[in-house]
Amino acid sequence: MPEQNQYQVKTLKIDGKEVAAAEHQTILEVARENGIDIPTLCHFDGLPSVGACRMCVVEVKGNNKLLPACITQAQEGMEVTAHSAELAEYRKLIVELLLTERNHICAVCVSAGHCELQAMAQKLGVNHVTLPYLHIKCTIDGSHKRFVSDGNRCILCGRCVRVCSEVEGAHTWDVTGRGINSRMITDLGEGWGHSETCTSCGKCVSVCPVGALVEKGRSVSEMTKPNFLPYLLQMREEAQ
Amino acid sequence: MTSKARVATLWLDACSGCHMSLLDIDERLLDIAGKINLIYSPLVDAKEFPEDVDVTLIEGAIATDEDIEKVKIVRARTKLLVALGDCAVTGNVPSMRNNIPVDELLRVGYVENATDHPGAPTCEVPKLEAKVIPLQELVPVDLFIPGCPPPADLIYFVLSEVLAGRTPELATQSHFGN
Repeated sequence: MPEQNQYQVKTLKIDGKEVAAAEHQTILEVARENGIDIPTLCHFDGLPSVGACRMCVVEVKGNNKLLPACITQAQEGMEVTAHSAELAEYRKLIVELLLTERNHICAVCVSAGHCELQAMAQKLGVNHVTLPYLHIKCTIDGSHKRFVSDGNRCILCGRCVRVCSEVEGAHTWDVTGRGINSRMITDLGEGWGHSETCTSCGKCVSVCPVGALVEKGRSVSEMTKPNFLPYLLQMREEAQ
Repeated sequence: MTSKARVATLWLDACSGCHMSLLDIDERLLDIAGKINLIYSPLVDAKEFPEDVDVTLIEGAIATDEDIEKVKIVRARTKLLVALGDCAVTGNVPSMRNNIPVDELLRVGYVENATDHPGAPTCEVPKLEAKVIPLQELVPVDLFIPGCPPPADLIYFVLSEVLAGRTPELATQSHFGN
């Protein structure tokens, strides 16, 4: 990208508010800078966005598709609707789909009270689901000496995959299968404790929004996750 | 003088923690008691679910053939049906058995791990359904109060509002779990 474009300012509207965006900024970044809250689950500050969860979908005038704000770049003259009755319903439906697909039993979860899915359900007013629960069977991998992976609580946000490959550089985590059969795996699926690439750094546990990746020995609500990543990235930038 | 509201509570597949939370509204129970007739509940002695009930709070998930019949009767005889707590709203802990076949569940619980008189009960207890379901998968529910258990203050708020003839806005008032 030519250097003179780096400081080119774009003007656009989000929910009727005139906002300015720098080159390469996403709709989500611009919205948050301007105090417009767009809900997200898979996005994590400091990690590349992938648009996996679709919580942040917005309407853009002239486009008949909903676009994920976290991976859609702001453009000159865009008219973005981030909040409408219809979008609120879509977002609630996404939370319902997540709650019903796997086995999210907050009452017995180590992450209860510190869980982004639990908090998002309350924030959006999902106080019950309108779809049947599927009760699919998922694996719990306790083979690692310090951590546990519980597929029952995974929402497939992919934060663990991204932090492991992009920040730690190990790429132990990945996704196998497709659609409803998607599952997280370590290396080629031989179990976390047998992974040859895992450095046991715990970054995946730290960024997991739910109770899918947790430390061993935690009881209900005991799993708090310090967000060390922005600090780590800042240190790296300063060191360069 | 206006007549008192006819209120019922029901305890299905759950731990009774929601009823405990109901009792946890403490001295405000006196305030509520003056406005209601508690006509059916684990806390009173009625055997048959009565007709013309104004409000029924149901704690617990639907787990047995008996639960299904009860809930259908309750719905037909209740004006305002309230799902009280996570078991009624989501299935919660009781539903964790849902991906285990009932036969295997009973075998492990009553045969494999029994030290005395092994064998699953065959009579005088309701038959377990293959899946534990929340109330709204069987009947329409008017109000949902998630929580394991729902906070006492919230239960009091809901009862006060309902008894005052208002429909409380509950969407963001409580969350799943505790």
